Amino acid sequence: MNDEGGSVSRGAESALGVPASDPAGRLDGPAVRRTAGRRLNPSLVVGGIIVLVIVLTALVSFVWTPYDATLVDPAVRLAKPSWSHWFGTDKFGRDLLSQIMVGSRTTLFVGLVAVGVAAVIGVPLGILAAMTRRWSSELIMRANDLLLAFPALLLAIMFGAVFGASTLTAMVAIGIATVPSFARVIRSGALQVMRTEYVLAARAAGRRPFPIALRHVLPNVTSLITVQASVSFAIAVLAEAALSFLGYGTPPPTPSWGRMLQESQEFLFSAPRLAVFPGVAIAIAVLGFNLLGDGLRDRFDPKLEDRR
Amino acid sequence: MTEPAIQVTDLVRDYPRPRTSLLRASPPVHALRGVSLEVQEGERFGIVGESGCGKSTLLRIIAALDRATSGQVVVEGTDITRLPERRLRFLRENLQLVFQDPMSSLDPRMRVRDIIAEPLVVQGHPASGERVRELLDAVGLSADAGDRYPHQFSGGQRQRISIARALAPRPRILIADEPVSALDVSVRAQVLNLISDLVDELNLTLIFVSHDLSVVKHVCSRVAVMNAGQIVETGPTADVYAAPTHPYTRRLVSAIPTLQRALSGATTTDLVKGVLST
Repeated sequence: MNDEGGSVSRGAESALGVPASDPAGRLDGPAVRRTAGRRLNPSLVVGGIIVLVIVLTALVSFVWTPYDATLVDPAVRLAKPSWSHWFGTDKFGRDLLSQIMVGSRTTLFVGLVAVGVAAVIGVPLGILAAMTRRWSSELIMRANDLLLAFPALLLAIMFGAVFGASTLTAMVAIGIATVPSFARVIRSGALQVMRTEYVLAARAAGRRPFPIALRHVLPNVTSLITVQASVSFAIAVLAEAALSFLGYGTPPPTPSWGRMLQESQEFLFSAPRLAVFPGVAIAIAVLGFNLLGDGLRDRFDPKLEDRR
Repeated sequence: MTEPAIQVTDLVRDYPRPRTSLLRASPPVHALRGVSLEVQEGERFGIVGESGCGKSTLLRIIAALDRATSGQVVVEGTDITRLPERRLRFLRENLQLVFQDPMSSLDPRMRVRDIIAEPLVVQGHPASGERVRELLDAVGLSADAGDRYPHQFSGGQRQRISIARALAPRPRILIADEPVSALDVSVRAQVLNLISDLVDELNLTLIFVSHDLSVVKHVCSRVAVMNAGQIVETGPTADVYAAPTHPYTRRLVSAIPTLQRALSGATTTDLVKGVLST
């Protein structure tokens, strides 16, 4: 890759260094373009595919599931996997595959709202901390540390106790608990942007701080936001499962992977598949979003920034 | 005689250093220790000195991007040292900068046309595509360059874009902070000539900063030599080069590689020795 970069810039210099072919001294020859597309890294591909599959599953579950996910059918209680019930059924005779499909909606919805809450609060805070004076930036970051010291689950359980257990309180609580990590990452990115000469040039042109934040800082930290969102999504998925498992998340009968795990407890030895299927679903989802985050991070690596 | 375009009097800038002891405050870094200079209107003024000697700090204070600890900067008759940002509009319109690093001086997320138009938009002029095309033409880039992003250009081309942006608000003073030191030798001369031509053509006052004396000699009529936050010598470029008075200047001048020395078989090591002995 280094060779490629070197040859590209060398090519450009030699093009510039030949005034003879350009008597007017004009330099509108072909500029350095991004030639070869960068190689896709495996994490990005695998993570992307997993996430895509989950999203597709959730979308499909809106129009079609093998059975109604909440349909109780005592005739087929605890059925083993078969052609009519691919993943088997639970103690109420509900189809496991349908529940997992519908459960993916809950998972994605929770992740989306939690990450949304975290980003909407965390990104402006991070940029603010990077752009303001020392004392106010310290204040923001220390408050951030305080929030970071709170375990996300504890916060969510507190919220659940105060506002009642529901998917919404779980989402908001997970979101708030994720704010500090967003603020931190965005602050460091924004600090880097603030040190660039294009921000100096904007100031020299008379741009005020707020427009600089919008026009220069925000667009240049979007890659960080994407990466952080993806990683936080994985954490949110796990947190939602844990909360539902504890009974502080999605209330029945809405299917949720975490609650399926909890309901499978009493059959752990007689019918372990009841725990395995949602467990594997959670693991795959978390893995997928983490891989995607990692892949995106590699892709946006600042060392490759120049060649973008 | 008319008033100078820029007058700097006894400028001091200290940077606080982070505390390393609970009991004693760390001594501040003295970036500038009493710098005074005058740049006449239409003059090409060079500032030379090694990296870390305070050149960039000085420029930033003149451009009101940084605040002085003490001292005074008067630009076109107005003392800007204590002015709040909202009253600096005349400065933002009349004084523009070209920066050193062509990689970091253009926002990678903006199209070239928006980069060049930025000062116009900010200062409330109608950002006409025509003005942008005119500027691109002035710096020797084709009109379709405006549709592209900075990463699609080489270092020299990016520096041309930087120059176009600086000229957009029709400034009277141009400050160039090491504009060619990040460029390859082959491109360097082209960009230098471009700056030189534009300064002539548009009748600009130029402050040109470099650590490279031969570059300053090529562009500037008067030069100030800076060392450790102070100006040690000022004078017409030719005089300073022919008869440097300050020991630091002598060392700098003797370090310029010349054809004569190279032909007589001097190597880099000899040059370094020469610098150390004077």
